[in-house]
Amino acid sequence: MSPRTRRKRTAADRQRFAPIFAALGDETRLALIATLADGTPRSIAQLTEGTRLTRQAVTKHLRVLEDVRIVHSVKSGRESRYELDVTPLLDLKSYVELVSARWDTALGRLKALVER
Amino acid sequence: MSNDIEKRIELDAPISRVWRAITDYREFGEWFRVRLEAPFTPGQEARGAVLHPGYEHVTWKATVKEMQAERLFSFTWHPFAVDKAVDYSSEPTTLVEFRLEPLAGDRTLLVITESGFEGIPAHRRHDALLRNDQGWAQQIVNVKEYVAAHPS
Repeated sequence: MSPRTRRKRTAADRQRFAPIFAALGDETRLALIATLADGTPRSIAQLTEGTRLTRQAVTKHLRVLEDVRIVHSVKSGRESRYELDVTPLLDLKSYVELVSARWDTALGRLKALVER
Repeated sequence: MSNDIEKRIELDAPISRVWRAITDYREFGEWFRVRLEAPFTPGQEARGAVLHPGYEHVTWKATVKEMQAERLFSFTWHPFAVDKAVDYSSEPTTLVEFRLEPLAGDRTLLVITESGFEGIPAHRRHDALLRNDQGWAQQIVNVKEYVAAHPS
């Protein structure tokens, strides 16, 4: 990849990811995501349970996450359940970056071994 | 091409030493954290137990392609094939190549490339990332760094 295309990609990525990162840049919302990360959809009542947050606060935070499509609601009887959808975060590029990070740590160990 | 991984690393060790570290199955296992059952042989599948904490249930598998002494070692594999319940064997693999070049002063340049990510099914990418706590931790670090650098 030439430096020029790399710059272009980075600028495009930034544009795409900026609103998502802004939505994630909040401890409460990160905590909500961590709770939903097991894949189980939860109601607002369930998400409020065991926290110091009010239902209104949870609703507000969920709306921010819904706006960037990290979370969506599914109707279940009379109430809505919220489900995590990490697709906006996880594309091919982030997958390759994960593999790449694995290589970095493995190569660190290889270097230590051969330079011992 | 843009989805390929390329790593270049200069090692303060002679090329023969580096070759041994990447192609001797015991030495490979030491830095790659896998207990391989037998030496690498071109055309053969190498297997072993993953030694990463939390992934001990996983059998590491790779098919050795080429072994050109002190020049090229390559294999294909399923990156992050970590779920015992999933049969990855019908899915496309990526190709990993280790290329060695001697440098002055008994040093060695190691270039590793991994290619073929386009073939990995989208749902598998998601699985790998979701299941990988390191991946999540990294995402969070990315987020924090990004947010710190771009205060609204």
